[in-house]
Amino acid sequence: MQECLLEVKDLKTSFYTEKGLVTAVDGVSFTVHSGETLGVVGESGCGKSVTAESIMRLLDESATRYEGEINYKGKNLLKLPEKEMEAIRGNEIAMIFQDAMTSLNPVYTIGNQIAESIMAHSDLNKKEAYEKAVEMLRLTGIPSPEKRIHEYPHEISGGMRQRAMIAMALSCRPQLLIADEPTTALDVTIQAQILEVMEELKKELNMGIILITHDLGVVAEVCTHVVVMYLGQVIEEADVETIFSKPLHPYTNGLLKCIPQLDGDRTKPLFTIEGVVPSLDDIPPGCRFAGRCPFADSKCRKEPPPLEEAAYRHKIRCWHYEEIQRQGAFEDVAIPS
Amino acid sequence: MLSTKNRLKKERFNLFVKRFFANRQAVLGSMMVILLVLFALIAPFITKYTPLQIDPAHRLQAPSSIHWFGTDNYGRDLFSRVAYGGRVSLAVGLSATMLTALIGMVTGLYAAYYRLLDHVLMRICDGLMAFPDILLAIAITAVLGPRPVNVVIAITVVKIPSMARVVRSVALVVKEQTYIEALKAQGAGSFRIIWRHIAPNTISPFIVQATYVFALSIILEAGLSFLGAGVPAPNPSWGNILYDGKIVMFSAWWMTVFPGLFIILSVLGLNLFGDGLRDLLDPHTNKANK
Repeated sequence: MQECLLEVKDLKTSFYTEKGLVTAVDGVSFTVHSGETLGVVGESGCGKSVTAESIMRLLDESATRYEGEINYKGKNLLKLPEKEMEAIRGNEIAMIFQDAMTSLNPVYTIGNQIAESIMAHSDLNKKEAYEKAVEMLRLTGIPSPEKRIHEYPHEISGGMRQRAMIAMALSCRPQLLIADEPTTALDVTIQAQILEVMEELKKELNMGIILITHDLGVVAEVCTHVVVMYLGQVIEEADVETIFSKPLHPYTNGLLKCIPQLDGDRTKPLFTIEGVVPSLDDIPPGCRFAGRCPFADSKCRKEPPPLEEAAYRHKIRCWHYEEIQRQGAFEDVAIPS
Repeated sequence: MLSTKNRLKKERFNLFVKRFFANRQAVLGSMMVILLVLFALIAPFITKYTPLQIDPAHRLQAPSSIHWFGTDNYGRDLFSRVAYGGRVSLAVGLSATMLTALIGMVTGLYAAYYRLLDHVLMRICDGLMAFPDILLAIAITAVLGPRPVNVVIAITVVKIPSMARVVRSVALVVKEQTYIEALKAQGAGSFRIIWRHIAPNTISPFIVQATYVFALSIILEAGLSFLGAGVPAPNPSWGNILYDGKIVMFSAWWMTVFPGLFIILSVLGLNLFGDGLRDLLDPHTNKANK
């Protein structure tokens, strides 16, 4: 029942730029099983989207260098010829994007686009494809889908567009869905509905989902496992309960502390993680988070820590996590200097 | 399901018609173009004179009730000559525009999509654009011979680069849109992406550019015929009527004024129509009006 759909092994994605080779994803590994929702969390620029695009091989092949393996059901996607990759995209692995407005072609109705996707991947004729499109829209919870399919993207609301996107992506029953910040552009109530739709479809199609987001609330709601990324590396990986109750990495802890609490003290200023993410072409030696970490010492600044397994399926990239955990220091952390 | 589709289609069509008639340039331009087309098609049937009918006894007569536009230096009725010349201008203009549009669209789309091809194609276009239009057109007709078909070829070659550039620049922008990436993520191949998705999004500036190409074709054809490199005498073309009238410009003003007037009005009409269309079709101007 729970098969391993995707195994990313030590993925390195680098771009050829005027400034030389820039590595946006530096040795990322994770697995996704069917029935799981893997959350990929991190700030803007940490390499989440590039990871997703690397899996789908949507990046400009002439300017990109891949290293490592991406094994989908045993096949290394990085080594596949383009024709085979095209067969996998949409059929086996599907992706939905952040802004549904620009993810849909403005000159065709949404029914036309969904039907086109269906026809491209199956033998159905136009009429049958349209009927299936109506069914897919109904599955995503759009009311009166038989009327909606004749409307253009600019004539429908953001939530409906995202549902149309989901319908298009799932119309061919893929095994793996990569959702790149699908709810970031939506308001909270629609966000909840979209997440619910994705959950139900996941159960029905027995898919695996990779959910890329920077919203920890969304992660808490739907994810089963979480990978936290920082500047192209995975710095912590665990199941969702552990990440929220027993995080080991100072960055993860910082992210959690940044969430304003309903019952928090309103007189205190909001918590922030001091400093900014370093630029990709100026990666610091040693631990990449050392510049902003309240626990960093000279070792952290000189030697980059490896990704270790702290407990069963809980990985951490930090020199001092054991010590921090022993001291219970996360509770004590005030605003770092 | 069918009635919703038809209802929506009708609503959108009515909206477009409403916006079209609210746009003065589009209306005026299209009226001028329609009148020109009507003139070229119907006028030859109204007059009893043919364009090649020589009547030396009545040379260079001023416009009158018998010869509405007067006669030329061979006594030929100018009205029918201008009307037939209009047919030539229209036919050459239409053919050249369609050919330019087709080749320009293909060139622009593929140059935008494949970077290596882009370099080759754009350098060829640069080379062609380095020549002034009329010089290049003369050179081509000089090689091929002065016939309307060759005028079409010459105009097409001269105007392909500008059409290709317009299509290419829009296609480059469209190519970077998320929906193209989403299509790739669904496994769409390059042919489907280029023709079903990028091309329709380039239609608006493409159509506008086509009307400008039409206008330029009229000028180029008249210019070539004037220089003897286009439609050969005695067949009428606005250009060679102008040439015949050059010598007697101050005595027989009607020989230059009428063809000249028609050239001006047709080019003006087409340009106005193109400008009006651009305002109607450009999504950025849309937002300003709303």
